[in-house]
Amino acid sequence: MSVVSTTSVDGIEPDRAIAVRRRRPRLLPYALLAPSLLFLALFTYLPVVRVAVEALYDKPHGTGAAISYVGLGNYAKVLADPAFQKAALNNLIYAVGVLVPTLVLALAFALAVQRSTHFAGVLRTVFFLPSLVPLVAAASLFFFIFLPGIGLLDYYLAKLGLHGPNWLGDSDIALWSVIGLTVWKNAGYYMLFYIAGLQNVPRDTVEAAMIDGANAWQRLRFVILPALAPTTAFVTVIALIQLLTSVDHVIVLTRGGPSNATNLLLYYIFQSAHENFEYGKAAAATLISVAILLAISFGSLRVMERGARGHG
Amino acid sequence: MNHECGPGGPRSSHERAWRPAVRLEKHLWPAIIAALLSAVAFLWASPFLWTLVASFRPEGAGSADMASLLPDLHPTLENFRNALESGSFGLYYVNTVIVVAGVLAVQCVTVSLAGYAFARLRFRGRDLLFYAFLLQLMLVPPALIVPNLRTVVDLGLYDTLPGVMAPYFASAFGTFLMRQTFLALPRDFEEAAAIDGAPWWAIIWYVLLPMAKPGLVAFAIVSITAHWNEFLWPLMVISDPANHTLTIGLAAFTRGAEGGKEWGVLAAGTLLVMAPLAVAFIAFQRRFVDSFVFSGVKG
Repeated sequence: MSVVSTTSVDGIEPDRAIAVRRRRPRLLPYALLAPSLLFLALFTYLPVVRVAVEALYDKPHGTGAAISYVGLGNYAKVLADPAFQKAALNNLIYAVGVLVPTLVLALAFALAVQRSTHFAGVLRTVFFLPSLVPLVAAASLFFFIFLPGIGLLDYYLAKLGLHGPNWLGDSDIALWSVIGLTVWKNAGYYMLFYIAGLQNVPRDTVEAAMIDGANAWQRLRFVILPALAPTTAFVTVIALIQLLTSVDHVIVLTRGGPSNATNLLLYYIFQSAHENFEYGKAAAATLISVAILLAISFGSLRVMERGARGHG
Repeated sequence: MNHECGPGGPRSSHERAWRPAVRLEKHLWPAIIAALLSAVAFLWASPFLWTLVASFRPEGAGSADMASLLPDLHPTLENFRNALESGSFGLYYVNTVIVVAGVLAVQCVTVSLAGYAFARLRFRGRDLLFYAFLLQLMLVPPALIVPNLRTVVDLGLYDTLPGVMAPYFASAFGTFLMRQTFLALPRDFEEAAAIDGAPWWAIIWYVLLPMAKPGLVAFAIVSITAHWNEFLWPLMVISDPANHTLTIGLAAFTRGAEGGKEWGVLAAGTLLVMAPLAVAFIAFQRRFVDSFVFSGVKG
């Protein structure tokens, strides 16, 4: 069934349905949608057109030079920019590096807190709490966790006789530190979807597998995981969109550094527009990221529809 | 390993031989798992525990042990006082509440009207318009900060709180949620009202919305959380410190902190930003969880 399925008037006697419908002016539906459409037009449709046009022009900041048409010049400039290439590669590593552990943890947490015991309730709260706090607040916490020498991480590593690296200052480590923060922040949110998904796993199938002698791992691998496939697909899509469109922690913790080690696509866009005033470049980069977002979404439209209907 | 699952002859003797081990497993495994889970939960909660401990720790405690998770014996509210004074958190609270409440108030109107149209009315182009709404779930506002900032400037809303709110006045997620909620309601009441001559707005306001309250509450929880926590967009729109929201204030505060010295004050500030939602969550857990499961589409 499609998500846009019509709400039929079946079940109402025809004359009553007609009586009900006759009272409604024909333009009413459009009038009801108008407020939403106005703001969607201003802030969702128009901006895409706007960047598409603006990406074709260049106006050097502060030089007083006139706006000039550069065709695809801004795209060429962005794609050739080592900072953009680095940001794109980082974003890919970041997305995969967050997604895989987050999915595994989210499922493990969901399996752990399934029961309605008091202990499970406490665990659920603890695991979910990070996803409720602002990403900026999480960044503030991890700023001190990662503080060299005296931070939480180094303090307790030292007690074990270990010496940690410079978590945010080392360009080989920094991106992984940011990934660690994001895993901590997001795993509990996706856990909720697995909790909901697990409730839809047919009980009989699990019991049948149990009677057939399947151990816990086999039940997970051959019964539960396949039944959870739609949940996993759905979570993957919303996670990817989220990992492409949130950089609050990068702004607070690293500003994309050291030497672009933690630069991500949206941070690159933010930096181009807000700090370097290169609007042409920012517009081109925005359109590239819009294309990526649309590709992810259309590649999984069915999944989105299922989600739009209230997830299962 | 599949062969183990098959029904086999030698199984019964196997079972008998394994019974003591099975019994041991029955007690041992849950204990191991519970211990492991407690350890992971402690690890997960440690940033919060640390914030809590540090925010009540007196300033003179020395920065060498600032990472200690052990609470200080002489807790103090000094850090909270410093945070409130140095960061003008009071003002940021007011601004954040204005943004959150303003967004939600307008959204409640737009999503109720649109949700009703999609749930109850038949009209040309409905499918197309529905997909047009769907687009907002993919082109999430943060991706469009650059062009949207220019639109906000054009509208004369730069550096104003309405400028921060405007891109969120339409909500595809809210529209879907209200559509689902309305679809689940029986039609009898509104038909009766329509036959009695009630206009469409009266039907929505007096008949449908009172029954759709759970949907609105679920949407409100997700909307409030999202906008309380939002950072990047207000950071771009706002420049006057008098218009800063909590997250902008906290970020500036964090970046201004020098090493471990000010951690107590920063911990207190972070706690002040997180506390309202955390407390609301712990009080209304069930509602939050249900709302967020529905909110997946919002990402």
